[in-house]
Amino acid sequence: MNLPVIIKFVIDLLAVLLLALGIKGLSKVKSARDANRLAAFAMSLSVVGLLFYYLGTSGIAIQSWIWIIIGSIIGSLFGAILAKKVPMTSMPETVALFNGCGGMSSLLVALGVAIFPISNSVENLDFFKSLINEVSISVSIFVGAITFTGSIVAMAKLQGWLSTPGWTQSKVRHFVNIVFAVASLIAFFDLINGNTSSIWLLVIVSSLLGIGVTLPIGGADMPVVISLLNSYSGIAAAAAGFVVDSQLLIVAGAMVGAAGLILTQVMCKGMNRSLVSVLFGGSLSAQSTASSGSGEYTNITSCSVEECALTLEAANKVIIVPGYGLAVAQAQHTLREVTKKLEQNGIEVVYAIHPVAGRMPGHMNVLLAEADVPYEQLREMDVVNPDFPATDVVLVLGANDVVNPQAKNDSSSPLYGMPVLDVQEARTVFVIKRGMSAGYSGIKNDLFDLPNTSMVFGDAKKVLNDLIGELKDLGVGEK
Amino acid sequence: MSFISLLWVLLLGSLLGLELIGKVPPTLHTPLMSGANAISGITMLAALTLIVKAEGNVPLLIIGSVSLGFALFNVVGGFFVTDRMLAMFSRKPSNKK
Repeated sequence: MNLPVIIKFVIDLLAVLLLALGIKGLSKVKSARDANRLAAFAMSLSVVGLLFYYLGTSGIAIQSWIWIIIGSIIGSLFGAILAKKVPMTSMPETVALFNGCGGMSSLLVALGVAIFPISNSVENLDFFKSLINEVSISVSIFVGAITFTGSIVAMAKLQGWLSTPGWTQSKVRHFVNIVFAVASLIAFFDLINGNTSSIWLLVIVSSLLGIGVTLPIGGADMPVVISLLNSYSGIAAAAAGFVVDSQLLIVAGAMVGAAGLILTQVMCKGMNRSLVSVLFGGSLSAQSTASSGSGEYTNITSCSVEECALTLEAANKVIIVPGYGLAVAQAQHTLREVTKKLEQNGIEVVYAIHPVAGRMPGHMNVLLAEADVPYEQLREMDVVNPDFPATDVVLVLGANDVVNPQAKNDSSSPLYGMPVLDVQEARTVFVIKRGMSAGYSGIKNDLFDLPNTSMVFGDAKKVLNDLIGELKDLGVGEK
Repeated sequence: MSFISLLWVLLLGSLLGLELIGKVPPTLHTPLMSGANAISGITMLAALTLIVKAEGNVPLLIIGSVSLGFALFNVVGGFFVTDRMLAMFSRKPSNKK
């Protein structure tokens, strides 16, 4: 072992340690920001370590430097610009896009190594080693391609650029995807047998598989898919680590892969769905309209914004339940205006955050933080649930399934067992909603039928704006 | 590195990831996802290796460079966007009064 090898070894070790500490730190609110920077520092350190290693051993040709600089500048620049410009509400599609590019990178590395074998690594390969090499190249291409096309489709669907084609809701899609999967497998074994040209078949069919699997999935399930694809991009990185023989890549990739899986699990649990039903069930609403469970509403009370304002003015304690609809309407800032007024009048306001509120777990916290809601006012479900009986008014904004009492009372309901917010325990519940359409589960919400629930129909942002006006007329928060 | 020891690295890395992420409050799931996503751009090291070892093979240099670009897009964008999200949490206490 010479000096550059030892130094690189130490730097790699340090980078892994810092990355692990970074991920750990990201799990606490206090340390999260520093932890993120620590992880970023660890990544830069690993680059420096690698460059130093090559400078000390084989040297780096001028030509290589040029291409390194070109690639780095373009990639970093676009990444930084997008990260600065993108609005907080479109975070899920942004993560999807970044993620897809990570997958693309792994794919290209494997492709490059496959087409132009790196000189010094191939000559002295025995049979076993070259088999491993081919397997890791194939895995890297397969997972990388799925990650890339899957993420791009997810992004396009979340952006509304792509809708769900009708045929993808029929059984045909399973057949199509099985064909793609089998074709990938054939290409995979053909490649390992030494037929290099089948690499293109592998690239094409695994890309198609990524599209075919992601396309049928409904918009509301998309975050789960993004989280899963995030996990895949870690696996792709680990596979690329086997291709270029880098332990650092394998460790970091494996950590991200495991992280993505845990997050995916958490999201599924929060929505009371299994990963299998997300991936193979298509969009849920398509199925459950056929199943009974829905039924008609019999006892809907609708009320005006004015009545809502009057009730709010008389309240002592108000709990806000923000949901997906609030994020879509981008009404979080308007909501903050309303709560500010209430607080100025001495009314206690807290926000009840369901684990999957918003478009991703934790997304609602980010959106409310952006609108300057104090962190102390955000309550997690288990903390806030005992408070509902002592609450005067609950405002439900664009949330639906997460406040459905069926999940507790009706064991025949598909929602049964899902953790929900017990808003019906409060004295009065206002549900601000555009119409009587069901939540993404497609299931009737028993909450709307309860005598203490009133519906305020309209777009969340518009209703909140009207509410500000009404509160102003009542002299709330005018001091 | 022998293949077997690389497999050990893979196994231990996965276990480490599971252990580290087991106990995260829901508040931080989105930032964590985006931060972990940035880390998956570690493939930039593989892209760098490709470029350095290309030895004047222009198509390989181009592939490596494009791959590096994609990876850095993921890394730089991922970390910046995570920082932006987390900045919103951390400025809260000072705003309170």
